[in-house]
Amino acid sequence: MIVVIDYNVGNVKSVCNAFEYIGCETKLSKESGVIENSTGIVLPGVAAFGYAISALGNLAEVIKSLALSGKPLLGICVGYQMLFESSSEYGRHEGLGLVSGNVGPIPPDRIIPHMGWNLVEMPEEMDLFAELGNEKHFYFAHSFCAEVKDAEAKIAYADYGFELTASVQKKNIYGTQFHPEKSGKAGLKILQNFYDICKRGAQQC
Amino acid sequence: MLTRRIIPCLDVKDNRVVKGVNFLNLRDAGDPVELGARYSDEGADELVFLDITATIRSRKTIVELVEKVAENVFIPFTVGGGIQTVEQIDELLRSGAEKVSVNTAAVANPDLLAEAAQRFGNQCVVLAIDARRSKDRPGKWQVCIKAGSEPTDIDVVEWAARGEELGAGEILLTSMDADGTKAGYDNELNKAVTDAVNIPVIASGGAGTLEHLYDAIIDGGADAVLMASITHFENYTITQMKEYLRDRGIPMNL
Repeated sequence: MIVVIDYNVGNVKSVCNAFEYIGCETKLSKESGVIENSTGIVLPGVAAFGYAISALGNLAEVIKSLALSGKPLLGICVGYQMLFESSSEYGRHEGLGLVSGNVGPIPPDRIIPHMGWNLVEMPEEMDLFAELGNEKHFYFAHSFCAEVKDAEAKIAYADYGFELTASVQKKNIYGTQFHPEKSGKAGLKILQNFYDICKRGAQQC
Repeated sequence: MLTRRIIPCLDVKDNRVVKGVNFLNLRDAGDPVELGARYSDEGADELVFLDITATIRSRKTIVELVEKVAENVFIPFTVGGGIQTVEQIDELLRSGAEKVSVNTAAVANPDLLAEAAQRFGNQCVVLAIDARRSKDRPGKWQVCIKAGSEPTDIDVVEWAARGEELGAGEILLTSMDADGTKAGYDNELNKAVTDAVNIPVIASGGAGTLEHLYDAIIDGGADAVLMASITHFENYTITQMKEYLRDRGIPMNL
């Protein structure tokens, strides 16, 4: 069972709807016991970074230690941004620090927020993009973006007049700046791939 | 680079999708949840649902509709029609909509745009404008409210620019003169507005052929094209529209 973290931000329901559509049972929860017993964790998020990390509260440590022990974790949008060390959105905020790097504003001189469908180039070695080919469009809606500094991390980029980090993977830790739950068929395939990763993880335990 | 977008529009009345000509003579076009799911599956970039009855009784119905749509639609969608308060916007966003469009209420109370943008972010706030060519002032358009039934003295181009300043993240621009005619978008109107604002503009009203979509993007400067009649009654599929535009050099999500 995949657990979607329920922490009173944005539209977590859409993520559950999309997993349900592909036949993956999810549970929306903020109970650490439930999260510990899951096969994988999804950290969604439509909110400002500071609000999201404070709404997460003590769950931050629970998620962090489970991710470090090998449980698959997928962060989406602000949930993805929280995987990094810090963000400068409305003040400086500490993130989970699971991936080295920082979140800052999208460089000026272009339309912000970056909102709409952009083409993501997908490196073959990133598990989340299995069977999706080299490039696909995904739906973005954000004003801040991550600068990844982690030498161990694999990164997918989109072009928005600069190299925008669209997705990251470090071992069992995955994140997408775009919204797979709102990216049509290609997005649903990403959630299916994460579901498969969780199933494989559960078999190994 | 962001793609241009194809956006089917579902006008909803009494839980059915309907489509008229110049906002009149409505014709049934199917079930909103089924049609929404079909467009999502066929590769539409976004959807717009407009509650064209917009009565107090229909408020609750539209929230229930949004919840059902969200279970079956995996692309972003906008909901509009009769929305008057920040609380109503909150409820619709929590029910699964990505964006909410406001029209009459923003004219009556422009601060609604600012309040909504501050609370939810400007990416959630769409200013819908129903525009009619002015008879008294050639080359100008007047803003119409209450589902197009009531013309005002407000100039469309000025209102669009003001809407951006207040916090709208996008403009849904409907030409009442072209609506449902399938004779092409009003690209003079589209150009006048896209030149005046920096936020994306969705051209609406008049799509009849594939070339009309191209013209709205190239001549009108639209970021997205909205259509109803030509998709609901299956003149063209979403893929046909996208392939046509892509083959003419426009970046599309295909």
